[in-house]
Amino acid sequence: MLPLIFTAMVIFLGGTLWTVVYSFTKSGLLPRLTWDGLAQYERLWSSRKWIVSIENLAIYGVFSLIGTLVIGFTLAALLDRKIRGEAVFRSIFLYPFALSFIVTGLVWQWILNPELGLQSVMRDLGWQSFTFDPLNNPEIVMFGLLIAGLWQGTGLIMCIMLAGLRGIDEDIWKAARVDGIGTVKTYIRIIIPMMRPVFVTSLVLIAAGIVKLYDLVVAQTSGGPGISSEVPAKYVMTAMFGGQNLGQGFAASTMMLVMVVIILIPWAYLEFGDKKHG
Amino acid sequence: MKLSIKLLSATAICAGTTAGAVDLEVMHWWTSGGEAAAVSKLAEAWDGTGNKWVDGAIAGGGDTARPIMVSRIIGGDPPAAFQFNHGRQAEELIEAGLLLDLTDVAEAEGWKDLVNPPSLLDACTIDGKIYCAPVNIHSWQWMWLSNAAYEKAGVQVPTNWEEFTGSAQALRDADIVPLAVGGQSWQEKGAFDVMALALAGKDAWLAVNQDKSTDAVMGPEFTRVFEEFGAARELAKGLNVQDWNQATAAVINGTAGAQIMGDWAQGEFAIAGQVAGTDYSCLPGLGEVALLDTGGDAFYFPVNDDPEITAAQKELAALMLSPDVQVSFNSAKGSLPVRGDVNLTTVNDCTQKGLDLLAEGALAPALTTLLSPDTVTQLNDLVTEFWSMPAMTAADLQLQFADIIGAAD
Repeated sequence: MLPLIFTAMVIFLGGTLWTVVYSFTKSGLLPRLTWDGLAQYERLWSSRKWIVSIENLAIYGVFSLIGTLVIGFTLAALLDRKIRGEAVFRSIFLYPFALSFIVTGLVWQWILNPELGLQSVMRDLGWQSFTFDPLNNPEIVMFGLLIAGLWQGTGLIMCIMLAGLRGIDEDIWKAARVDGIGTVKTYIRIIIPMMRPVFVTSLVLIAAGIVKLYDLVVAQTSGGPGISSEVPAKYVMTAMFGGQNLGQGFAASTMMLVMVVIILIPWAYLEFGDKKHG
Repeated sequence: MKLSIKLLSATAICAGTTAGAVDLEVMHWWTSGGEAAAVSKLAEAWDGTGNKWVDGAIAGGGDTARPIMVSRIIGGDPPAAFQFNHGRQAEELIEAGLLLDLTDVAEAEGWKDLVNPPSLLDACTIDGKIYCAPVNIHSWQWMWLSNAAYEKAGVQVPTNWEEFTGSAQALRDADIVPLAVGGQSWQEKGAFDVMALALAGKDAWLAVNQDKSTDAVMGPEFTRVFEEFGAARELAKGLNVQDWNQATAAVINGTAGAQIMGDWAQGEFAIAGQVAGTDYSCLPGLGEVALLDTGGDAFYFPVNDDPEITAAQKELAALMLSPDVQVSFNSAKGSLPVRGDVNLTTVNDCTQKGLDLLAEGALAPALTTLLSPDTVTQLNDLVTEFWSMPAMTAADLQLQFADIIGAAD
């Protein structure tokens, strides 16, 4: 246990504190303790790119959270209906999870490329007016990323959900059937509330994936067109190593931490706080 | 003079080889066809000395590669050599003492007398010490035009920016995109800077980029630049490519009329078997103000504890500037050699125009030597936002541009 506590204190806490301290300095390519007050934060919040990054993360976060849970659960429920070839479908759905975000991003970049992918295939088949180029349209580019993100991520959630469904006692189903409750209603009213721990696990996994969204963006759009698919993690990387401005990158990553904390603390309080009393 | 240098470099190479074969990892972002051909010339020359070139190519351009290189150097796992654009990119690495001082190599090889223009070596020099080996001169100030595209549209190949915009409609009618611009911020910003120097002239351009004058940004010369850049945004619609060489390919196969891109694009034309003058044309300074900005690539060598590697690093630095390597490397890459005393094997119309400008001294400093990477990143973000957002006007761009220039260090 001791080495673990040491690691947690020094690496996590120490690293975090160090980052916060240096976000108040004028550090360029290398960390330097020349105080700069709140200048880095002022610049951060007056930067259009940062605001766009936050908005994009919010859009991606909400849709990815809902989408992954809904699709993951639906697939798991369908597989749980004792269909033939379950193992085959399970492998197919889980397979994308074995690919890295970089590969996923590149594959979907090609599929969504208007000159090579889906759009050109549909046009070659005769549907001349077919237009689907999310990666080239600043308005909907985040949904192009979302498609790839969902394709990659839902398989894992499906498996966790399926495990949860398998943990439900057969007798519950029998009782529901005796009472004449329909299948869908049984899922929504009885099964899902019983699967609360499974949903919490899924939520944590999905949320962690959302906050660190970076490699998918780099591989699929590099933040483009323009700055319309920038995300906070990419802002941090570009500021630190592209712009050789560590202070600005640290300020941005400190704000990311603050945002996570703001969301996490009330939730953790609600989720785990009661347990002590109960 | 020449003989003594040859002897010197020969002795340097011999001295190096006696130390035994050394593997040197060299990191760079030269991955397009023409670039890869050029880097293989360097590798061959280095392998020819009995050492081993370990290629560390990073795809995706300098914006992707530089962060990786910097994080490796700061992280304590530096490559033996790495490519940067000379100028302010390596400033802090040098101040922190992370890069090898090459002054003794430079003195032994006589770089001070050889390197032309001298500003290239100045960009490598901090406090009188030389920290990098410039390998080529690259200039942004070119527009490449497809003769076939203009023939198809039934108009003359333009000879200046005004004719270019005038003939754009004819190209559109022939289903050709007038201007090919890849969707990466550095390409859009690069095109902007070329237009700025060509349309606003050297004085206004220097006032903005060197003196960081916001008045100059808002002045009449630059107002015209912003307006023309807004027009260029319209001319570039209809071609969805990312990488610069894909945009060049569109000019090569005639689906686009022209591209504003540095002279490295010429390597792509060469690989496609196209001939300057007959298949494609080039306009330095958009045919308006023909000046070359003397940017380029340079190799830096991180400090290493192993004396054997340090010796090999210096040997490689000397080799990179040796006459044979300069000729073979720059011929393949489409760039100009850094030494005035060698002749390229393949000089076509366009390279000749560049060499003439170089000889005349029609030069401007490279932006990488004037602006810090921080400012460059901010400007790139701004310009690429403008480029992809039709709702943003040239006047918006001008105001925000002035803000960034005003705050630049």
